[in-house]
Amino acid sequence: MTMQTLSLAPWLVATPLIGAALLLLVGRRSDRWGHWLGVLASTATFVIGLVILLDMLAADPDQRVGVHTVASWIDVGPLQVDVGFQVDPLSMTFVMLITLVGSLIHLYSVAYMSHDRDRRRFFAYLNLFVAAMLLLVLADSYLLLFVGWEGVGLASFLLIGFWDHHLPNAVAGKKAFVMNRVGDMGLIAAMMLMLATFGGVDFSTVLGSAGAADQGTTTAIGLLLLLAACGKSAQLPLQAWLGDAMAGPTPVSALIHAATMVTAGVYLLVRSGPVLEAAPDAQLVIAVVGALTLLFGAVVGCAKDDIKKALAASTMSQIGYMMLAAGLGPVGYAFAIFHLVTHGFFKAGLFLGAGSVMHAMDDDVNMRRFGGLARLLPVTAITMGLGWLAILGVPPFSGFYSKDKIIEAAFVGEGWRPWVFGTVALLGAGITAYYMSRLFFMTFMGRRRWVTELAGGAGREGGSDGTPVRHPHESPWLMTLPMIVLAVGSVGLGFALNAGERFVHFLEPVTGHAEHHDPVLPIWLIITLTLTLVAAGLALAFVQYAMRPVPTTPPPAPAVVRAARVDLHQDDVNEAVVMLPGKVLTRSLVFADRTAVDAGWLGLAGGVGRFGTWLRGLQSGYVRQYAAMTLGGLGVIVLVIWLFSGQGAS
Amino acid sequence: MDLVNYLYLASILFALGATTVLLRRNAIVVFMGIELMLNATNLALVTFARMHGDITGQVLAFFVMVVAAAEVVVGLAIIVTIFRARRSASVDDVNLLKS
Repeated sequence: MTMQTLSLAPWLVATPLIGAALLLLVGRRSDRWGHWLGVLASTATFVIGLVILLDMLAADPDQRVGVHTVASWIDVGPLQVDVGFQVDPLSMTFVMLITLVGSLIHLYSVAYMSHDRDRRRFFAYLNLFVAAMLLLVLADSYLLLFVGWEGVGLASFLLIGFWDHHLPNAVAGKKAFVMNRVGDMGLIAAMMLMLATFGGVDFSTVLGSAGAADQGTTTAIGLLLLLAACGKSAQLPLQAWLGDAMAGPTPVSALIHAATMVTAGVYLLVRSGPVLEAAPDAQLVIAVVGALTLLFGAVVGCAKDDIKKALAASTMSQIGYMMLAAGLGPVGYAFAIFHLVTHGFFKAGLFLGAGSVMHAMDDDVNMRRFGGLARLLPVTAITMGLGWLAILGVPPFSGFYSKDKIIEAAFVGEGWRPWVFGTVALLGAGITAYYMSRLFFMTFMGRRRWVTELAGGAGREGGSDGTPVRHPHESPWLMTLPMIVLAVGSVGLGFALNAGERFVHFLEPVTGHAEHHDPVLPIWLIITLTLTLVAAGLALAFVQYAMRPVPTTPPPAPAVVRAARVDLHQDDVNEAVVMLPGKVLTRSLVFADRTAVDAGWLGLAGGVGRFGTWLRGLQSGYVRQYAAMTLGGLGVIVLVIWLFSGQGAS
Repeated sequence: MDLVNYLYLASILFALGATTVLLRRNAIVVFMGIELMLNATNLALVTFARMHGDITGQVLAFFVMVVAAAEVVVGLAIIVTIFRARRSASVDDVNLLKS
């Protein structure tokens, strides 16, 4: 890679940052053209990224890793941190995903947010998010990564609570922010351990000497990094914020909570590969967390009636796949990133489609009041349909290549692990097929569970039997165009990147070359099993939600479905396990503070005050009394001198 | 003659002056008590100077006289002003500055 293109790397972060700063500083005066400035900044970043990528592809594979150091940031004794940009296949993969999907979502937002008077501010935050995410993936040290990490958290907070005039949205933003802080503590603690163990926090130092370190230390670092990744990527046990984050505008859900920000945890783990390889126990925990979240998200997704929350549960589940792959070691890193890229495309497409449906249905999100929309929203239905087939893993859509690779990799290994992880991955694929088909059929197929005024006739203004009045219409081209591009990616990206294992080889300079191991089951059997389960899930959903009428209110259901409807009681668990003990702790601390500390100091202050009041009584205003006190004082002084020095001297 | 007798006299004079200051209300009389105390101190200082064969005490006595003279001027001026304003020379009537 040439120096010229390497020195372009800082502009990847600077361009959207300048866009955000301009939009925020110029203020209302830029309301009329601000959104186009946002689109321009994002697109320009994509072009810069493309230039660097093309230059990288022209170079030899062993020449593709470069670091561009801009300045020295921290220079205190043993701690040396530079502001440096790590340009390698892994970071460039993320740069392309973030900027391409980001630019498409910027474009979509121009139309989606056109009626919002704060559209300019929205674009400023979107640009801020893109800048922070790019800093996260381009940083050459954990500390600089952490700056981007926090920036992403901030942008997420601002965007989830964008409509903060409605209280639940503001609460959801706060919830996401606070839960992310828990993960951030993990990253901070991991950096402290790295500094203590390796004497630095830049990637070259840490990853270069991780193999030689004590296994207990690397395990601790690995687990702390996992905690950080759990916070950002909404994995168990820090998953509860993602569903509520759907309170933000739909483009935000597409960009931040599907395609990019939640992938930061996967990026962190894959980037820290050498540390994890030196800590097999941490790897096992990562895989277990991934597998559990994969099932958790899938189960929750099956019961959600809110179209965005169902997609959020699906995101959680799909990122569980990536975490599972990242926990499998070098054999899984490339597949984790592969699935991340394809998922970024089809999930963003699905979210944009959901936004288009909401746009048509007066911002309703309840799928029980949708139905039969395919004819009215043809472009949305087709693009979402392609994304749906992609996430199901139907060949030859992109999800098939990426997810199937992870399932195969999960079956590699010895002992009980391949059987457990492989089975979970297989099962997850089947459940994914069920809930995604359920979402698609409830929205686009079946009987209409809404009426137009014409069909309803006079006297029946809808609502009498729970069927609302709606006037669905296809979205403008500014919204459908990004959906079409993302749908094309959902269809072809998997095949294009998988051909000749191109993508896996592309990532090899970073992830390392993985020895090929055969799964415990033959590959054809795994593929057949996967496709059978997917077909079964699809068929079940078709029977339930396309052939039979869908009730407009949630029907009575067994306990497990009722639990899944409330996210398997995740908030109750958090409240019982964390919030209530925390509350008791803070209350007792407050009590101790009041009764012991405050009471002591207040008592002292009161005593001084009372003494002063008594002393004031001596100031009677009678000169003779003052004279008497002076004389008395003199007497006391003489007495003291006589007692202590006069007597001692004689 | 024993020099210590001067000290006894000084103590008696000082006690008389102090008693006057504490017990009498009339500002002029109080003032005279103060003068008595100052001069008792002077007597003691001069006596000490004589006892130690050192003139420091005598010099100090001169300072006390000078300061006492200045004090008399200022003090009498204040007493006269207060008497004009309040028609009273009692020190107990001048208690307006208490809280």
